[in-house]
Amino acid sequence: DASLAEANSFSPSMPTSPASMINQYKFEEEPELRDLFITVDDPESHITAIETFITYRVVTKTSRSEFDSSEYEVRRRYQDFLWLKSKLEEAHPTLIIPPLPEKFIMKGMVERFNDEFIETRRKALHKFLNRIADHPTLTFNEDFKIFLTAQAWELSSHKKQGPGLLSRMGQTVRAVASSVRGGVKNRPEMFTEMNDYMETFSQKINVLDKIAHRIYKEEREYFNEMKEYGPIHTLWSASEEDIADSLKGVASCIDRCCKATEKRMAGLSENLLPIIHEYVLYSEILMGVLKRRDLIQGELDSKVDALASKRAEKDAITEEIGKLEDKVECANNALKADWERWKQNMQYDMRSAFTNVAENNLHYYEECLATWESFLTSQTVDLHVEEDSEDQ
Amino acid sequence: MEDCLSKKIEITVSEAEKRTGRNAMNMQETYTAYLIETRAVESQNEGQCSPVDSLWRRYSEFELLRNYLLVTFPHIVVPPLPEKRADFVWHKLSADNMDPDFVERRRIGLENFLLRVASHPVLCRDNIFYSFLTQESGWKEMVNETGFQLKADSRLKALNATFRVKNPDKRFTELKHYSDELQSVISHLLRVRARVADRLYGVYKVHGNYGRVFSEWSAIEKEMGDGLQSAGHHMDVYAASIDDILEEEEHYADQLKEYLFYAEALRAVCRKHELMQYDLEMAAQDLTSKKQQCEELATGTVRTFSLKGMTSKLFGQENPEQREAKIKVLEEQIQEGEEQLKSKNLEGRDFVKSAWADIERFKEQKNHDLKEALISYAVMQISMCKKGIQVWTNAKECFSKM
Repeated sequence: DASLAEANSFSPSMPTSPASMINQYKFEEEPELRDLFITVDDPESHITAIETFITYRVVTKTSRSEFDSSEYEVRRRYQDFLWLKSKLEEAHPTLIIPPLPEKFIMKGMVERFNDEFIETRRKALHKFLNRIADHPTLTFNEDFKIFLTAQAWELSSHKKQGPGLLSRMGQTVRAVASSVRGGVKNRPEMFTEMNDYMETFSQKINVLDKIAHRIYKEEREYFNEMKEYGPIHTLWSASEEDIADSLKGVASCIDRCCKATEKRMAGLSENLLPIIHEYVLYSEILMGVLKRRDLIQGELDSKVDALASKRAEKDAITEEIGKLEDKVECANNALKADWERWKQNMQYDMRSAFTNVAENNLHYYEECLATWESFLTSQTVDLHVEEDSEDQ
Repeated sequence: MEDCLSKKIEITVSEAEKRTGRNAMNMQETYTAYLIETRAVESQNEGQCSPVDSLWRRYSEFELLRNYLLVTFPHIVVPPLPEKRADFVWHKLSADNMDPDFVERRRIGLENFLLRVASHPVLCRDNIFYSFLTQESGWKEMVNETGFQLKADSRLKALNATFRVKNPDKRFTELKHYSDELQSVISHLLRVRARVADRLYGVYKVHGNYGRVFSEWSAIEKEMGDGLQSAGHHMDVYAASIDDILEEEEHYADQLKEYLFYAEALRAVCRKHELMQYDLEMAAQDLTSKKQQCEELATGTVRTFSLKGMTSKLFGQENPEQREAKIKVLEEQIQEGEEQLKSKNLEGRDFVKSAWADIERFKEQKNHDLKEALISYAVMQISMCKKGIQVWTNAKECFSKM
């Protein structure tokens, strides 16, 4: 696939296999339609007097006219990604903003910045930006453009503009106030269905997350024991003469199966585990989106109630209601469209992730089968025909 | 050469039964009894169904038989019994002697023991063994009447010999070394195998969790539902498949265990050789010192210091008659000693010859059996891989329909 090869060509430091590339880039539309290519790589540690943090290199290549240049290279830290996400949520409250990797992982973290953690985070940040780039609406967001193109000082000064902390707090207060009334009673059927779906989905995906991690853990423990198993046969062969070759053969088979099991584990941790984890985050995001839609509806509902009681400012309130009705309709339509898109992507992601798991297992068993079969052939070649047919 | 017993009669340990009884201290105990069935082979060839003789024996009687064989045939590598208590277990298996799976595997092990003895050219001719198979009552008394317990070498004597023997046959020393290595490596292997089995069990079983989640998830999905549901079913099949796989592997482990215990039988033969050799060396030493004593008395020269010599010097020499008497006694003893030494020498050489013949037979058997065991292990792995391929091919198809 030529376009995929192209997508790979400007990210030499990214060790992505073709399979995971497909996962990362191709969601729905053909890749040839893309005009914005983003990579996140090269984590670097920065140490100041106050803190230590990591920055990542973000490279953007584009043919879009609204971009002054066709290529950009900037460095961003995790905070900057958080900022971008919150700006997108603000601008598009009922769109499904892709998940960011978590701030930190609770269990088993000795050092905040160990290599595995950084690499996992890097991959997730890469996916985050690419998902935004693929989103029909979000891709044209102004803050997104600034994030990709502005130099460090430009970004800081831009961040300081816009609604400050106080106004954001005000929004939250209003949101809490109207959440008391909820916007649930007039909720269209479709969104109630969405809510019910998300509740169950959220439950199931969390259980799946646990199961997938458990499988990984069991496979790793199996691998650890297998590592010791093969060499014992080699040790034994040193005391034997006649059966030394058979023992060494078994040892080598076990070692090869051991390597195959390591590959299977890697497949799990590179593919299924991150994808399920993303959808765990997605389920939280979606619950948030549904709540925000309810809040917007709640604003309308409370104004309608106000109209009933306050006869005096009738005209003003009616005008406000008009605006709010538009707002609600926009919000609903945006969510509806994005929901369909999300569902399709989810289906694709799950299908490919689980198919990949099945394929990894198939490769594992096929490799082990070949190993043992060739050992068996080598052993039974010189055995009696009688015994040969007994084995079969 | 007369055929082994195994060619004349068919031996099976066909059943195991729980029994309660009273033990030697009149306390109630539960034990398992095993049914030994024997049937003559010849009449089968004539198309007739020959009658089956059967009797019940418990494990302790097998032990008694084996101890008798060990003492009566010290130059033979006596086949081992299956383990008394479950060892090298992984978590799913019970270490309980009454557990049906353990009893079943022990039944097979006991049958294997009887077949090994019955096909051994020397052991199969033993009367006590034949009676064990055919005479239910009075067998224990019969064994005890042979007085074999008295003939057994004491552990202490054997240990002493092992440390003090000067010139054992090199081959036996090497064999002892080999049996130590064999025992160490097989027990290590069995331990790790048990751990690997444990882990493998975990990997398979945890996939079973997919089944229920997929099913519940499929309830809220329209297009993905069918694929999820059927994939879940295959995950259940996958998780269930490990039980049979590991049960088969248990038989492989039992085959290795038999040779783990055989190592001890090998060492027993080596110990016997060391004991005989030490005995021989002591007898030779004793003879030499007596000859020396005799010479000294005859020639009057004292070559070696002896307390007797000193005391007789201090308290007066013996008179010539006493000396003559002593010399005569010594000469008799020397004569006896030389005859004994000759026969011990002969015994020792016979032992080495016949023991080594059996050891060669054992080596061939061991090489054959272990090679077959390794091959059967490969066959098991192949079967496991094929099952895995089938399940995951099905699962992949379901996933791709999601």
